[in-house]
Amino acid sequence: MKQSVTITVNGVTQTHKVEPRTLLAHYLRDTLGLTGTTIGCDTSQCGSCTVLLDGAAVKSCTVLALQADGSRVTTIEGLAKDGKLHAMQEAFWAEHGLQCGFCTPGMIMTAVDMLNGNPHPTEEQIRHGLEGNMCRCTGYQNIVKAIQHAAESSR
Amino acid sequence: MAKYVGTSMKRREDPRFIQGKGSYVANLSLPNTAYLAIKRSPYAHATIKKIHTRKAKALPGVIAVFTGEDTADLGNLPCGWNVPGIKVPPNRCLQTDKVRHVGDRVAMVVAESPYIAADALDLIEVDYGPLPSVTDARKTAEPGAPVLHDSVPDNVSYTWAIGSKEDTDKAFAAADQVVELELVNQRLIATAMEPRAAVAQWDSSKEEMTLWTTSQNPNLTRIVLSAFVLFIPEHKLRLISPDVGGGFGSKIPTYPEEALVPWAARKVGRPVKWVATRSESSVSDSQGRDHVTDCRMALKNGTITGLHVKTWANNGAYISTVAPLIPTALYLTLLSGLYKIPAIYGEMLGTLSNTVWVDAYRGAGRPEAAYLVERLVDLAAQKLNMDPIEFRRKNFIPAGDFPYQTPVAFQYDSGNYQAAMDKAVEMAGYPAMRQRQAEARKQGKLVGIGIGACIEASGPAPSKVAGALGGVTGFWESGGIRVHATGKVTVLTGAHSHGQGHETTMTQIVADEFGIDINDVDLVHGDTAVIPNGMGTYGSRSTSVGGSALVRSAEKMRAKLIKIAAHQLEAAVEDMVYDRDNGKVYVKGSPNKSKAFGELAFAAYTAHNLPDGLEPGLEENAYYDPANFTFPNSVHIAQVEVDAETGEIKIQRYVAVDDVGKVINPLIVNGQVAGGVAQGVGQALTEGAVYDDNGQLVTSNLMEYALPHADLLPMIETGRTETPSPHNPLGVKGVGEMGTIAATPAIVNAVMDALAPLGVKHIDMPLTAEKVWRAISKR
Repeated sequence: MKQSVTITVNGVTQTHKVEPRTLLAHYLRDTLGLTGTTIGCDTSQCGSCTVLLDGAAVKSCTVLALQADGSRVTTIEGLAKDGKLHAMQEAFWAEHGLQCGFCTPGMIMTAVDMLNGNPHPTEEQIRHGLEGNMCRCTGYQNIVKAIQHAAESSR
Repeated sequence: MAKYVGTSMKRREDPRFIQGKGSYVANLSLPNTAYLAIKRSPYAHATIKKIHTRKAKALPGVIAVFTGEDTADLGNLPCGWNVPGIKVPPNRCLQTDKVRHVGDRVAMVVAESPYIAADALDLIEVDYGPLPSVTDARKTAEPGAPVLHDSVPDNVSYTWAIGSKEDTDKAFAAADQVVELELVNQRLIATAMEPRAAVAQWDSSKEEMTLWTTSQNPNLTRIVLSAFVLFIPEHKLRLISPDVGGGFGSKIPTYPEEALVPWAARKVGRPVKWVATRSESSVSDSQGRDHVTDCRMALKNGTITGLHVKTWANNGAYISTVAPLIPTALYLTLLSGLYKIPAIYGEMLGTLSNTVWVDAYRGAGRPEAAYLVERLVDLAAQKLNMDPIEFRRKNFIPAGDFPYQTPVAFQYDSGNYQAAMDKAVEMAGYPAMRQRQAEARKQGKLVGIGIGACIEASGPAPSKVAGALGGVTGFWESGGIRVHATGKVTVLTGAHSHGQGHETTMTQIVADEFGIDINDVDLVHGDTAVIPNGMGTYGSRSTSVGGSALVRSAEKMRAKLIKIAAHQLEAAVEDMVYDRDNGKVYVKGSPNKSKAFGELAFAAYTAHNLPDGLEPGLEENAYYDPANFTFPNSVHIAQVEVDAETGEIKIQRYVAVDDVGKVINPLIVNGQVAGGVAQGVGQALTEGAVYDDNGQLVTSNLMEYALPHADLLPMIETGRTETPSPHNPLGVKGVGEMGTIAATPAIVNAVMDALAPLGVKHIDMPLTAEKVWRAISKR
């Protein structure tokens, strides 16, 4: 029995009927076609699917679409404004904070949330803040640098 | 001079990735798609008695259920590296008689949605007859072990040996000291963040199949599927590997799903899509390493005189596409390391066991060799009471000895290992590091310093050599350049980027070859309809082999541009100069009499005024077959502290000095080193595929398999020395795997150095807190 959900995704409010078991990650990817949110595991470890739910980072594979009913969701596609990249996107680009790009949307969304809570974290705080996000390519080195870069550019 | 090569350009592919516009296979959505799911074995070893599909077929939304009986028209997955005497057991896409590892393929469902397909899997019931199983590389070759395949009754698929046993025995007889080690190089799971996926579409009117697949080498996979498995003619089978989310070797092999998905698409007459879950990847992606090794080193007067190695290499339940290459010609041939060792003998047994198959994983054979050499070197230095750096320096191949012929086939092209050591010692501040260690020890702290001084053989391979060693294909690369009428350029490579940044580095190379704006140059890769022939990316080969092909292609193109310019400027071809700084061709001595690149491109297509007999158009292609491997080398120095109470390890410093020859893009090179080091650290400290006594993969998801997190690693301090490869036109060597190769021994040596005052000689990886704590507690 499908149920109706109304979610504002990247500023656009939409209503769809979904199976109750539909994960928010699947709703974003398959129903809305927002495939920037990737899925890298099935145990909520990798963080690739991280989005902002009412402003806070969540792993969209641990949220049912129904749970997001009435909420605002921001995905990687909603980060750039008026054709201008978000400072975190610029920072990841400048510091070579990505290689294959698969974990990147989740990393960027987590990093945005991290700086929202703590605009100038130490390296240790950044590394701790990335605990829920896995990257196999970069060794995290340039991801950490990118977050430092973004924090610095906001001073 | 070069405008782009050698500069840290930001990557040109990044805008799509940072905006969530990557074109991964799982993102592809074709109209009317059906979804495929694979029923996998829960047993490590069992006979299949009966498969009940009726309930699954009856589930609303299920389109079809297929078993191995249905797919009998599919060929077996072949082995592409046939070492002499190898016994290759049949590797079916879906099993009919037996399953041989947890995750082995039994049946498949095609349904209207992925959720329904998953539901249907649970409704398929299989009657199994469980059999005893074996997962250990060495125990499987012992008498009485359960036999996986009737055609390989001793579970030994192949054996290989290299070097002189006689000379090595003599070296040991004459030695004044011998160090030896029995070690395990544990099994790893590659874990590219993107799980494998495939989408297939059959065009019945043209009898053409298109397969989008997460492959590092779509052209090679096309050949394998066309000739051996699907039997669709090569020119009617198009493979597209778009953006691929990491590979690390695990996306080299041809997989059963790459045949089953197109097979099903043709059968049901709809596009079919399959996306692996992570747990599914863990039990079906090729895994890495898994060696059990006995090794010993002979010493005389403080120098290394001999090395003897015997290895049992686990191949898993079936022989994967290039599996036999890894523990033979990419392993035993690397045993000389950076050292002058007069006598080496290495032998190995390639065994089968009830585990997921093993194939290339970042480094592939070379890390296994480097690890044992560097562990023995440290034990030797310890026994001789020498500083590990002094011992290494004493035994390094001198800079004047290149090209250097090792006793195990390889001829190293270039290197200066003392210089690399100098640089690493300087960056680390080694003497002060040792001083601080001494002070820390006085305070009862367990601080250790470890060196990984390693060789790598990258850029496979001269095709003739590969053929002689058992390779079925050549190992050249193709490079195409299409100059359009407006002077814009499309570059085509048979290499494949799944994170390496080819769209940046390869266009840096080509823009400089012509002296044009890089924004006028784009790279295309990963589509067999556009690039008909290529070998793909692995073995750190893309720049040295693929980049060199582009240089050769550009040379041909410049020759044609010069002919057109000479004709139009009414000068002799031999009097023309191609000015690569400014992208124009001029008459020698008269730089004003010139034609710009764009003018010549337009002229080539208008064809109004070309030399007699010259064809219009500007399309060139070149095949580059390397003359040798390239031999990157490195000296890495790590400092760790071990918590004596908990066994936890903290990496305090990590210095990586790598010689990767000429560098195209330092930003990308440093990124490759840092990422490589992280994977090497992962093997040393946290990662390991664990099978229990019943052959269950305990570490089958990311909750159990301990991938490094950001807080495991310090900032890697990267530095370089540069000895250009003399045999490719770019002077480059590979960089993709060097970090992984050197980091594992550097970290383990550092931990062992920390534990040396306690008398601990060796702990097998991964050096988890528990293992280290146990070793400390025993003392």
